[in-house]
Amino acid sequence: MSRLQYILKRILQMIPVLLVVTILVFSIVHLIPGEPARLILGDKATPAAVAALTEKLGLNEPLPTQYFLFLKQVLTLDLGTSFKNNLPVADLLAVRFPVTLALTLLSTLISVLISLPLGYFAGTHKDRLGDQVVRTASLVAISMPSFWVGLLLMILFAIKLKWLPAGGWDNTSLWGEFKCLILPAVTQSLMTTALLVRNTRNSVVDITRMDYVDFARSKGISDGQVRSRHVMRNSMISTVTLLSMRMAGTLGGSVIIETVFSIPGIGKLASDAIFGRDYAVVQSVVLLFAVMVLVINLITDILYSLLDPRVSL
Amino acid sequence: MKRYNGASPLQKRSRIPGFLAKPSLVVGTVIVVLVVIMAIFPQFIAPYDPIETNTLIQNAAPSAEHIFGTDFYGRDVFSRVVWGARIDLLIGVLGTVVPFFIGGIIGLLAGYYGGVLDSILMRVTDVMMAFPFTILVITIMAILGKGTMNLFIALWLVGWMSYAKLVRSEVLVLKDSEFIQAARVAGFSDARILFRHLLPNVISSAVVFAASDVVMCMLTGASMSFLGLGVQPPTPEWGSILNEGRNFITFAWWTTFFPGLFLAISGVGFSLLGDGLTDFLRTKGR
Repeated sequence: MSRLQYILKRILQMIPVLLVVTILVFSIVHLIPGEPARLILGDKATPAAVAALTEKLGLNEPLPTQYFLFLKQVLTLDLGTSFKNNLPVADLLAVRFPVTLALTLLSTLISVLISLPLGYFAGTHKDRLGDQVVRTASLVAISMPSFWVGLLLMILFAIKLKWLPAGGWDNTSLWGEFKCLILPAVTQSLMTTALLVRNTRNSVVDITRMDYVDFARSKGISDGQVRSRHVMRNSMISTVTLLSMRMAGTLGGSVIIETVFSIPGIGKLASDAIFGRDYAVVQSVVLLFAVMVLVINLITDILYSLLDPRVSL
Repeated sequence: MKRYNGASPLQKRSRIPGFLAKPSLVVGTVIVVLVVIMAIFPQFIAPYDPIETNTLIQNAAPSAEHIFGTDFYGRDVFSRVVWGARIDLLIGVLGTVVPFFIGGIIGLLAGYYGGVLDSILMRVTDVMMAFPFTILVITIMAILGKGTMNLFIALWLVGWMSYAKLVRSEVLVLKDSEFIQAARVAGFSDARILFRHLLPNVISSAVVFAASDVVMCMLTGASMSFLGLGVQPPTPEWGSILNEGRNFITFAWWTTFFPGLFLAISGVGFSLLGDGLTDFLRTKGR
């Protein structure tokens, strides 16, 4: 099978999962105890207003009809209107999604840049002082609450040193936006960095014991070549797996980090919508998160086949 | 069934010095024991009532009387942090133990019997894995509403899947092995084979996972309370104390710093203990 066929097959396999995901997301509103319209309008709303909203939301229709209407809306990217500010949900997502995407990519980039050299160093210095320090540091990093680390960084770099903004969003320039993303991205990257360091260290330890590494050395290949072509490339497969899992985790964590730093991404949108009982927004954001995870998984599978020719196409 | 673990009497005698020779395991155990003591006997450690307010000493800096300072309502932060250990530990432990049992049993049955149960399990986990963990928990909280009990339900609804998948994959490896076939030939009941023969042999990877899962549950529970969804104030819980202190971070850093520090230290303690346990089970398996 060619690579293109493989990718097409993987996309087709996503469809049933996506369908079930839409059923679950559709159910959110119906699983909430009580009348959805009453919950949205609050306790003081008149019965007439509740009835009108129920009618407007199409909640009087039978469930299957409601679901197909929902599916039709999703497919045409008409995601309803936000109750809080009367804006189309699709427009809200279009503005806020790039922010979360930038945050996720920046934090992943930071993790990769720090963890690969550090993991390689620890792996090649197994059980020596450097390795012990790196391993202890990553264990501590894994166990710390991100929201606390974020607030500590904020106290140090924004409030005391005044180097970076304490939160919020400066959209006057690209540089301003970047500066607002630095602290959140560093906070986000902590857990991924720590897990990636551990993983890289362990694979380097395992791989340097392999015969093919000794063989490459005995052929007279330079250290740098052995490192990049033999050791690091083979450790990349588990790195890619972990990285894709962590990117999903980072996306989820954006709900917390964006709230800590008041960054207007979809994570903040999600938490605001939950508190504001803005269910059209909640549904769309949850759906968007699921789609992103599925896309990340797809990219991961494609990367596998590029990295390891043995992965069956 | 008594299992031979390969340890000679000589090795057995050397186990205790071996345990002490691993400093990380000792540090982890000490931290966890201290947190447990704090959780069981807060009334003997905390000098003040964790909920009683005092408007005369709002946001007071750490001093001899209030070593961690006071919060916006004049409550002693140290006392609140000590009492908080109880609920945070409970979130970590119950958030892990309940899914461990439910997921373990589902995984055992699905792996052993296969069929419809197994297909349902695999499809459900496929779909659920499409959502980031935090999003899943937060969405369930959004449906159920705020509160400690709902936080537990959310953690349980999401947590069992990892255990089910882990145990299932181990059962698939072992279910056709010779000792299980021998047990079947001997006419033992399915229940006996499942719980006496398979379970002891598949449980260790789930135990290893559970050790790190305690930290995950504690952190997730604290994050939910930090967002205002989980444990509600004035109940002292580390994430929720932190959230209350966040508004005063520019001049009263102590309300944010100390609960987070205790959460981080407890997390490190459980992680160290979990790593040690992993090493122990791995060497025991050899």
